[in-house]
Amino acid sequence: MRLKALGATLVTVPITLFGLVLVTFLIGRVVPIDPVLAIVGDRAPQEVVERARLELGLDRPLIEQFLRFVVQIASGDLGRSVMTANPVTQDIARFFPATFELATVAIILASLVGVPLGVLAAVRQGGWLDQSVRLFCLAGHSLPVFVLGLLSLLLFYAKLGWAPGPGRQGIAYEDMVDVRTGVLTVDALLAGDWGAFWDALAHLAQPAGVLAFFSLAYIARMARAFMLAELSSEYVTTARAKGLSETRIIWRHAFRNIAVPLVTVLVLTYAGLLEGAVLTETIFSWPGLGQYLTVSLLNADMNAVLGATLVVGLIYVVLNLFADLLYRLLDPRVR
Amino acid sequence: MLPTVTRRALLATGTAAGAATAFLAPGIGPATAQSPPGVIVMAKQIDDITSLDPAEAFEYTGTEIIGNVYRKLVTTPNDDPARLVGDLAESWATSDNRIFTFTLKAGAKFASGAPVTAEDAAFSLRRAAILNKSPAFIINQFGFTRDNAEARIRATDARTLVLECAAPTSPSFLYYCLSAAVGSIVEKAVVMARAQGDDLGNGWLKQNSAGGGAYVLRQWRASESVMLDANPNADPAPRTRRIIIRHMLDSSAQLLGLQRGDIDIARNLVADQINALRSDSRFRVMPQRKASLMYLSLSQRHPALARPEVRQAIKLAIDYEGIQRNIVSTTYAVHQAFLPEGLPGALTEKPFAQRQEEARALLRQAGFPNGLEVALDYSSGAPISDIAQAIQAQLGAVGIRLRMVAGEMRQVITKTRARQHEMAIVRWGSDYFDPHSNAEAFSMNPDNGDNARNRTLAWRASWEIPDLTARTAAAVTDTDGARRVATYQALQREHQQVSPFVILLQEIEVAVTRANVTGLELGPMSDRTSFSGIVKA
Amino acid sequence: MISSDWLLSSEPASRRQAAWGRRYQAWLAFRRNPLAVAGLAVALAMLLMAVFAPLLATHDPGAQNLANRLQPPSAAHWFGTDELGRDVWTRILYGARITLGMVVAVVLLVAPVGLLVGCAAGYAGGWLDRILMRVTDVFLAFPRLILALAFVAAMKPGVESAVAAIALTAWPPYARLARAETLRIRDADFIAAVRMAGASPWRIVLRHVAPVCIPSLIVRVTLDMSSIILTAAGLGFLGLGAQPPLPEWGTMIATARRFILDQWWVPVIPGIAIFLASLSFNLLGDGLRDVLDPKQR
Repeated sequence: MRLKALGATLVTVPITLFGLVLVTFLIGRVVPIDPVLAIVGDRAPQEVVERARLELGLDRPLIEQFLRFVVQIASGDLGRSVMTANPVTQDIARFFPATFELATVAIILASLVGVPLGVLAAVRQGGWLDQSVRLFCLAGHSLPVFVLGLLSLLLFYAKLGWAPGPGRQGIAYEDMVDVRTGVLTVDALLAGDWGAFWDALAHLAQPAGVLAFFSLAYIARMARAFMLAELSSEYVTTARAKGLSETRIIWRHAFRNIAVPLVTVLVLTYAGLLEGAVLTETIFSWPGLGQYLTVSLLNADMNAVLGATLVVGLIYVVLNLFADLLYRLLDPRVR
Repeated sequence: MLPTVTRRALLATGTAAGAATAFLAPGIGPATAQSPPGVIVMAKQIDDITSLDPAEAFEYTGTEIIGNVYRKLVTTPNDDPARLVGDLAESWATSDNRIFTFTLKAGAKFASGAPVTAEDAAFSLRRAAILNKSPAFIINQFGFTRDNAEARIRATDARTLVLECAAPTSPSFLYYCLSAAVGSIVEKAVVMARAQGDDLGNGWLKQNSAGGGAYVLRQWRASESVMLDANPNADPAPRTRRIIIRHMLDSSAQLLGLQRGDIDIARNLVADQINALRSDSRFRVMPQRKASLMYLSLSQRHPALARPEVRQAIKLAIDYEGIQRNIVSTTYAVHQAFLPEGLPGALTEKPFAQRQEEARALLRQAGFPNGLEVALDYSSGAPISDIAQAIQAQLGAVGIRLRMVAGEMRQVITKTRARQHEMAIVRWGSDYFDPHSNAEAFSMNPDNGDNARNRTLAWRASWEIPDLTARTAAAVTDTDGARRVATYQALQREHQQVSPFVILLQEIEVAVTRANVTGLELGPMSDRTSFSGIVKA
Repeated sequence: MISSDWLLSSEPASRRQAAWGRRYQAWLAFRRNPLAVAGLAVALAMLLMAVFAPLLATHDPGAQNLANRLQPPSAAHWFGTDELGRDVWTRILYGARITLGMVVAVVLLVAPVGLLVGCAAGYAGGWLDRILMRVTDVFLAFPRLILALAFVAAMKPGVESAVAAIALTAWPPYARLARAETLRIRDADFIAAVRMAGASPWRIVLRHVAPVCIPSLIVRVTLDMSSIILTAAGLGFLGLGAQPPLPEWGTMIATARRFILDQWWVPVIPGIAIFLASLSFNLLGDGLRDVLDPKQR
């Protein structure tokens, strides 16, 4: 029964992705920016412009362009980006690890802070601690993330000097560690270069911190909600009656039960972060997928936009599926 | 071999380690975050680079890098841009203004160590003509094509290059065109070894270099960084081993980095930020007029804008000085002719200032006593959006109501190229260092039809000008240098009064460096900006 | 007639009394949460500011004075002046109209669409459900800001397209929520009873299913309001939000961010406005959720 449901869900994945490609393609064709501009610039003579148009196949009927593109994707070729002059797959292999690294550190930070805060708030429901946690978490979610980023740079970089400035690594480490995974911290560790590792981590601190602060509200809110539901259940009352210590009840019993729904919440937040945070990336000069997508879009570099959207969509769908699966298989209450 | 900056040398300063420690132990105090010695870190928006092949690159950052990685036959010094000097060429001559002979200097070398030969030069120019990418017309306007390039561009011996133009031309016109980025000389053997099919090495040269300039391109990572290393065979040798250009989109982030000392040179600060730094002894503010104009294009398809009185009224309604002084005091200068200051033949007269009564009278005279409404396309970033709003208020004061249509920069360009705008604020940078570049763009429109081959700015504004077109075209072939300059000045005076272009401002590029950094040379064209003298004390 | 006794009666005499009684109890519960009440108060204050902007304003929101730009707060300009010498206090007031107007517009677009799609999918099931949910999935899988950005670029930057774009990215969660609620009650006895009485599916969905979904939707909407403001600001940052000279808060902060180091009040004041608005909506939503949606607490 459960497997059958899973099978049905799996079938929907390609359909969703196809829909994604179709919508992206249509948007790309409606955007009133001439894709040829990105290749030849504003000043090229007309014949160069027209030749570029032919090379892109833009003279063909829309439906033919679309089918060509689908066939091309199906063979694993995402085409070439005109902005970077590289194959889109190669670009994604460079930009995605940066986003991945940022999102991963951010989600770790957010859960490490958000979950305990949420649980605490639930335990002290209605008290001043609950209210302060709520205020703190919501504060992070009430400012545009680019303002948060600028303020953070201003404070931690310019005024206090605790954190390095924008960018992924210090100048001294630029191009010094072999790229294996593209995730700088991991590459540095693989190379056994501690200096580079700490440098990369230090550069991550601010953007990841900002993203984490921004995601905190949702995570803490959900943790609080799950915990409250759990604390009002019968077995907690029983356990209290038996005289078990409150700490034990909360962390040993209740927390174990909310772990699974909490993980699904975290996975979904993570999926959101992996889309690439354009605004954070811009402020911190972080060469991630969000920036890549935005720049490509505003230059009508459609191969890049389609490729990157597809990858982001795929990740989103897969993580969703994973969360779904986790929930179905592990949560004792769903059974 | 290329020198590489070793990691140890960089770490010896302990800066990076210092930054890391400070991060781990907050409270110890500000880290000494200085960029390492021997390395210059420059912050710049570099997402306009799409190729670093000199036969293809045509945007600002790309040509700037090419200018530092390659050499040309001839160039113009930045302290006297009207004077032509040899770069790789020792001498040049023509007897009939059609066939030109260049003699190369002896001893010039590519970064690989190989000598620069006339065949390399011939190959480079032929390559540009044959590939026929965006900037190729600069060379091809002398009659070179894919088919005749082999015969008309040739090396007669190791140091002699002969160019055979299709028709007699003004020699200065040819020399200035050859001094553009597209005239860069690449090393034939290196490039051809990387050729794929018939691409003449274009695929490889997009992200690699094979030149003899001060620097070699070590790496270009799109939207991230460009890394240049000193060319060991450069003459004179550059004073800094490595230059790292980091893509930083946000001007506030550039400023913070500069103040902290992580960045040595910031290239994209905005006017107010620059103003605040001018009196600060820790920084050096370097302005340079660019061959780049900001102007209003008034489409002649719009019946009201086609009226000369309306065009004149618009020119008289704008407070040029006020806009310049208050919004872009450090980054633009008022300029009202189509040749930017610094280019040969530039006209510096400014006949227009805000005279609202005259403007209103002209509108009444044109039959618009109650004013009129026009759509204005502009790109939504600063400072253009500020200027657009100021213009909206100023035109509104005389009765011209603007419907504001903001868009992404490329959106606005797309629209003007398709002749779909009514009024638009656009920027235009000269293609090469000769008056004809802008003269052709602003005052030639050989065919006003929708399928024209030559779509100049005048074409985009649907401005039909057979007579002006002919006179502008004739100026190119004038072989008398002084007379040619005088012709351009007369053309500009006339153009100022009759054209559907309201030329507003000329860009001043401003680089801000730390006080201990000297030697950056900004040029009037991007490819004239030189890094070779940059040094950090 | 309406007294707290009447409202709190444990044996209501009419459906109306019962309904009002429930609302009153909810209000009592809501009132016990000081942060939520504060949120409500700030939100109401902003609403009043927006409505009475012309009375409260000291200047014309569009009047430029280039010679008097970037002035710090003073008696003449309470919040200083912006990059074109316009009065920031006045622009904040008029901006409240645009920003809050955008929020309301998005909500009015999103909530009915999400409700309808979700309820229809959940109630009908079968192929309709499958199609609607696939469409929802496609939009969920889209990188949100990119979708909004592409949409705005495809239209033209401005308030209307920003509203449409944000709505486009915001509706899928509502559809999912409404569908889940619908599935929960689809087989409930009272729906079966209505069906037996011969009501058409549309009538059932609109009159009986949708109303049940509304409380959880209201909560979601209130919590989403801050995201709407922030997304609008994000579009402004990328140059594609509401366009100057409109004094939309997000656009104001986005265009003024270059002054954050030297004339910090220019971006910070709209920043505070956004912060207060977002925070108050969030607190309000949180409070409402505790009251209206006890199972989700």
